[in-house]
Amino acid sequence: MSDSNNWPTWEVFTQKAQGAPHEHAGNVHAPDAELALLNARDVYSRRNEAISLWVVPTESIVASTPEDVGPFFDPANDKMYRSPNFYKTPDGIKQI
Amino acid sequence: MDQVQSSQQLAELEAEFDRKIASGHVIEPKDWMPERYRKQLLRMMSQHAHSEVVGMLPEGNWLTRAPSLMRKAVLLAKIQDEAGHGLYIYSGAETLGTSRVEMNDQLLAGKAKYSSIFNYPSLNWADMGAIGWLVDGAAIVNQTVLAKCSYGPYARAMVRICKEENFHNKQGYQILARMMQGTPAQREMAQDSMNRWWWPSLMMFGPSDKDSPNSADLMKWKVKLHSNDDLRQRFIDRVVPQAEAIGLRIPDDKLKWNPTTRHYEFGEINWDEFNQVISGNGPCNRLRIKQRRDAHENGRWVREAAMAYAAKQNKRTKAA
Ligand SMILES: [Fe+2]
Ligand SMILES: [Fe+2]
Repeated sequence: MSDSNNWPTWEVFTQKAQGAPHEHAGNVHAPDAELALLNARDVYSRRNEAISLWVVPTESIVASTPEDVGPFFDPANDKMYRSPNFYKTPDGIKQI
Repeated sequence: MDQVQSSQQLAELEAEFDRKIASGHVIEPKDWMPERYRKQLLRMMSQHAHSEVVGMLPEGNWLTRAPSLMRKAVLLAKIQDEAGHGLYIYSGAETLGTSRVEMNDQLLAGKAKYSSIFNYPSLNWADMGAIGWLVDGAAIVNQTVLAKCSYGPYARAMVRICKEENFHNKQGYQILARMMQGTPAQREMAQDSMNRWWWPSLMMFGPSDKDSPNSADLMKWKVKLHSNDDLRQRFIDRVVPQAEAIGLRIPDDKLKWNPTTRHYEFGEINWDEFNQVISGNGPCNRLRIKQRRDAHENGRWVREAAMAYAAKQNKRTKAA
């Protein structure tokens, strides 16, 4: 009854409007890139949700892991001087 | 998660998980989760995905007999959306570690559950109205709440689905509204459809919470945010005025507005019937599985051709 082969998954990125970034929408199963694009169109853009589509083999995605969240991102934590709010301006100066 | 954890470690992980849930944290596939949470979600999501897929069958029954080209186009678009809903939810369920092929195999083997409502037959064109209005209407009440559930992939699939459901709901209501303005025979057909779909639609919310074995866990984990009875009441309160507006009678003599509670009171649901249908003895259970198997077998050559083509292209790129 079943098929021995499970089609691989492809991650789908959609661009909503001209000038907007491509954002992750979800994934589709497809045997190849060409059908992945067609499936992505049918699944994620039936109502003009996209004007451009990317499909990427899921296995090509490299992701950070939730367990490492603390140490991985902490180089940013102690650099408050990256924020403009870190700096005090003399009284009376309004626009800087 | 592969290594065996000591019971103390496990208790710590679970306490941390409960804290996350309580603080409104959204759980993602790579996060640690209790095995029972994973199992319950997989059960719910696979059942939900199967329901979207099997749900195409009663409507597919009327595609070739739609009364106009426009109605046919609308119905086709609605059914295509349901296929999409199935795919969004399977894709979300796969993040829990079970492949779509496995889930589909279970469905075809008759081992999987799906919404009991789709085991009822669609007997006339008015049923396309009642399904869109009542069945999708009940699904909307459920899905709007699930869009805020604690598991990210499920919640996101629901957000996407909810955006499309209003079309389903309105096209159904409009079918019945138009028929209710038609000839006596058309009005009778609409009322007949209402009579058949009303009670099964109420059953879609599942048994009363005191008889619903998984409710407590699911509420604690914020997979469920409201009780089955609350959601059923919400649906009834919303739908009764809609029925009245087009002259449809609700087939329940006990139905009446309670001005104190500001809710409708309604009669006893026939839970025996519900239990019969979910245990395989509804009017169409066997037919639905057969239709899914046939569809799967008839599509086999397409899948095989696509695989063969992909393999050939692959070889060519490698050779070049
Ligand atoms: Fe749906
Ligand atoms: Fe729907």
